[in-house]
Amino acid sequence: MLQTEQLTINIGPQHPSAHGGLHVEAVLDGEMVTDAIVHLGYVHRSVEKIAENRTYAQYVPYTARLDYLATHLSVMGYVQAVEKLADIEVPERAEYIRVIMGELSRIASHQLCIGSMAIDIGATTGLLYCMRDRERIMDMFEMTSGQRLLSSYMCIGGIAEELPEEFFPAVHSFLQDLPSMIKEYEGLLFGNEILQARLKGIGKLSAQDALSYGVTGPNLRACGVNYDIRKIEPYGIYDRFDFKVPVGSNGDAWDRLMVRKEEIVQSGSIIQQALEQMPEGAVRSKVPRVLKPEKGREVYHRIEGAKGDLGYYIVSDGGEKPYRLHVRAPSFINLMVLPLISIGGLLQDIIVNIATLDPVLGEADR
Amino acid sequence: MNTMQTVMEDIQKTWGDQVEVLEDKYFDMIKVPAPILPELFQKLNREHGFNYLANLTAVDYKDRFELVYHIYSMPDNRKLAVKADLDHDNPAAPSAITIWPTADWQERELFDLMGIRFEGHPNLKRILLPDEFEGHPLRKDF
Repeated sequence: MLQTEQLTINIGPQHPSAHGGLHVEAVLDGEMVTDAIVHLGYVHRSVEKIAENRTYAQYVPYTARLDYLATHLSVMGYVQAVEKLADIEVPERAEYIRVIMGELSRIASHQLCIGSMAIDIGATTGLLYCMRDRERIMDMFEMTSGQRLLSSYMCIGGIAEELPEEFFPAVHSFLQDLPSMIKEYEGLLFGNEILQARLKGIGKLSAQDALSYGVTGPNLRACGVNYDIRKIEPYGIYDRFDFKVPVGSNGDAWDRLMVRKEEIVQSGSIIQQALEQMPEGAVRSKVPRVLKPEKGREVYHRIEGAKGDLGYYIVSDGGEKPYRLHVRAPSFINLMVLPLISIGGLLQDIIVNIATLDPVLGEADR
Repeated sequence: MNTMQTVMEDIQKTWGDQVEVLEDKYFDMIKVPAPILPELFQKLNREHGFNYLANLTAVDYKDRFELVYHIYSMPDNRKLAVKADLDHDNPAAPSAITIWPTADWQERELFDLMGIRFEGHPNLKRILLPDEFEGHPLRKDF
């Protein structure tokens, strides 16, 4: 047999489909991937060390910069963890507003995942449609906090401020248009034969591998495992909503995308229910200006983030700053299976695998 | 189905005084000597359905390091926190990678940022910081 030389190709960190600083060293035999080595750390800002030098309230904006594509969910995990640590009650209305903002974040994140996947494989229009619709969510975020992307709208003990009046017509019209958006994505993207050929059967992950590598979120559910923390271990008020957990069956790139598409619909339904059930009242409870949780207490709190199981581990030494804070970032753990699902495939499929695993590097590198 | 009580009883029966049960508001929590971790994990995984190591991290208490494992059982929806103290001068623990492959990068992260060695890890290299970086930033004396 003719011996050919192995070729190493670096994908990223400076590459549009590297999703913000991911570096994959792909070892190729012809066009076939024989090894894929993931290099992380290009967006490392040592947020865990920073936490040890900030008060609990000062740290909120840093969490918004973890998963900056679903900023409200990142913040929600942190403020709920601190509330657990210091036994702080949150007013009813604030809980509902948190759910609404969190689920809007999830929709925005999934829309961006679908859109960026589309442009990564050459379907530019797909990105534009998704971005157009996501922009309406960004407008709502801007109304509530003045920030489109990195809004630290939630705070320890509730919400920074009551929702503005103009928010309600915007969210109602968005929910009304949601089914037609999905229909448009289906017509433009998912119904496209070329796109299907690029995704179906690509990057297959078995349920067994997904579980042992700790993959969570839509990527795990695409393998057919029904595991959603909102259902399994409801936090906040998630036990009050009626929604389905979409699962796939093959664990391939196509299923990962389909699960996200269905989750957008379910999130829409949760927001609708939250808007109907939401009571009047205060949005913020009284929290001491300087928070000092009891010495020796610790908490591990996890929520269903847009990318998976997002956990915060906080240890208090009785001072005004966390003694230790650790973020269990779903993007970081999910990326561990990238070599596993890419080896044996083609170079072009690595791009599809990165896009459908949907990592956000702000969270993976921390 | 094993209840959490039978799991705890089984652990205490097997390792007796080596297991210290800690009080926590949200978790069943135990502290064990680091050398028994592999056997304990094996038992939890094989016999009690703890199939998901959600979180692995460590805390620097200046005189010792404390490893913390947050382990879940997906089929039974149960959770357990396992802690182990490590020597501050030469922190090392057995790797959990053969039981839960998800420990791979989490152990590399702890090696990188906290300077804890995991024995039996096949590829214990820095993961977030450059290879030539000196020191371990999450240590309190950094």
